[in-house]
Amino acid sequence: MAIDRITSIEGTGLPLPGNNIDTDRIIPARFLKSVSFEGLETHLFEDDRSQVEAQGGTHPIADARFTGASIAIVNLNFGCGSSREHAPQAIRRRGIRVVVGQSFSEIFFGNSVALGLPCVSVDAETAQALQRMAEADPSARLEVDLAGQRINALGSSWLCSMPASARDAFLNGTWDATGMLLDNFAEVEAVAARLPYVGWSGLR
Amino acid sequence: MSATLLDKVWTTHTVRTLPTGQTQLFVGLHLIHEVTTPQAFDMLRARGWRVRFPSRTIATVDHIVPTRDQRRPFSDVMAEEMLAALERNCREAGIRLFDINSGSQGIVHVIGPELGLTQPGMTIACGDSHTSTHGAFGAVAFGIGTSQVRDVLASQCLAMEPLKVRRIEVDGRLSRGVYAKDVILEIIRRLGVNGGVGFAYEYGGPAVDAMTMDERMTMCNMSIEGGARVGYVNPDETTIEYLRGRTFVPAGDAFERAAEWWKSMRSDPGAAYDDEVRIDAGAIAPTVTWGINPGQSVYVDERLPKPTDVPPGERASLAEALEFMGFHGGDPISGTRIDVAFVGSCTNARLSDLREAARIVRGRHVAPHVRALVVPGSQSIRAAAEREGLDRIFAEAGFDWRGAGCSMCLAMNQDRLEGREICASSSNRNFKGRQGSPTGRTLLMSPAMVAAAALAGEVVDVRNVAV
Repeated sequence: MAIDRITSIEGTGLPLPGNNIDTDRIIPARFLKSVSFEGLETHLFEDDRSQVEAQGGTHPIADARFTGASIAIVNLNFGCGSSREHAPQAIRRRGIRVVVGQSFSEIFFGNSVALGLPCVSVDAETAQALQRMAEADPSARLEVDLAGQRINALGSSWLCSMPASARDAFLNGTWDATGMLLDNFAEVEAVAARLPYVGWSGLR
Repeated sequence: MSATLLDKVWTTHTVRTLPTGQTQLFVGLHLIHEVTTPQAFDMLRARGWRVRFPSRTIATVDHIVPTRDQRRPFSDVMAEEMLAALERNCREAGIRLFDINSGSQGIVHVIGPELGLTQPGMTIACGDSHTSTHGAFGAVAFGIGTSQVRDVLASQCLAMEPLKVRRIEVDGRLSRGVYAKDVILEIIRRLGVNGGVGFAYEYGGPAVDAMTMDERMTMCNMSIEGGARVGYVNPDETTIEYLRGRTFVPAGDAFERAAEWWKSMRSDPGAAYDDEVRIDAGAIAPTVTWGINPGQSVYVDERLPKPTDVPPGERASLAEALEFMGFHGGDPISGTRIDVAFVGSCTNARLSDLREAARIVRGRHVAPHVRALVVPGSQSIRAAAEREGLDRIFAEAGFDWRGAGCSMCLAMNQDRLEGREICASSSNRNFKGRQGSPTGRTLLMSPAMVAAAALAGEVVDVRNVAV
């Protein structure tokens, strides 16, 4: 794999307000009936979209003002629930390159890292301010600076953060872990050999 | 030095510290199913990698299987294609598959323990968030995504962040009509749906010590609903006696040696925890969710919260949930009319759950307007239940008796809610649209409460049902 360093992302914002937005809402289970991830983006937030439309509104995902946005702005505990990687896959395939929010479920965060989709944390006020900004001016350019841990837009700047190991993985281009895990296979075999249960139980 | 079970398992399975600072962790048991793996095998092929420890991966099919007619090919073309892909991938890689004709097929988190694959002191990963279930045995077990499934297939390892440990001490005894399901719903309500992020939950105390393995599995299963990717119970005699004689557990003297090692893999007295919480089991009542996340619950004799009852920051979420559910703050949950009753899922579809539900419905009949179904967690459980005559009790009471699978927990097969139906469900998630209808509604509760609701046609207190 070519090294793909991710140090900063620039683009416009897509506000996705709400706490505890679960992966069933991001991509309903019926769209997991496939042997590939292709085309998932067309079903991103599909049921939420229809419900907002039924009430005469427009979901941000369906809102033409946010077409081409690459920075999703979310609130608390985004991506909770099912481990389906289909959720960050659909988000990334929609053109989103970074998710900014107050907090993320652990599995969603890990799945996103594995895809090269950083999830950066900000405080509640910042998340709301960025959502308001994107809502008021969808063309406003934001810069998420992973190296400097800042978000810059319209002459203002906010702090953001990410666990050091994930941040280093993006900055160094080592977020695709498999190669690293295979670097030292003799050590892996040594661990397997010393675990008492490997080799028990007919699992050979 | 005193250590927690998590510390011990982590240390034993650490290969090295990666340049990123993460731990390279060996995965002792990798469980796979048809939904989250086909892309992982494709990625493996695209990179020219092979499965390095095929014997440490075990497969079954659960999410998409029909529960009414399981003959092949499945009438659902896409479901058939997904199972065929799993069969092909397992065959090529030399992975053991408990297929629909094996007699041992079932929900991955049900068959792992039942076959004795799940053992104390292991690391267990699976492309499914309810992998936390296996923590009931004192394994460190967690859900992963498809790219990580690829990592495990290729290397038998994962790059992991360290976890903190929160000890949850459950004091006292459960009252009659109160189950492990109610305990975990209580914990989620108290600590929040994201309270466990960054933590492994260690469940202990007298009420947990007294629980059967089935009950411990129910608790650990829903750890993820509290935000904790890992939940576990220290192994004890209950654990060891459950494992004795199971298919993939050593026999004879080897079993005793295994048991010695298992008993060493538990938190030491005086181990330091990052946080500790106490819960009084005796104060818990049968619990029902009323909202769109599993933390939104009340005791069956309580009323729904009103937006004015909660801090300003939480009002919008509360109002959104009430609106979606079509409920009003201040109304009692008891008496809520239901359309569907579902006994099933990796949370509550083991033999003891079916027995408890059958005990309630024996000799009675579901309300005329209710569609009721029982979906056993595995083919083995289905067979055992039939030997006891539970299938007849359910059928006579008006329940559909089905084949094993995930079914209406997430509705990837034909079993789903229609329109605005309300389902009393023994499953684990009440998210919007979870049970297959985008506007369908889910009330989570114990299997006994589901059974009682099916009979009454509305939410009732199982403690008031004479058996």
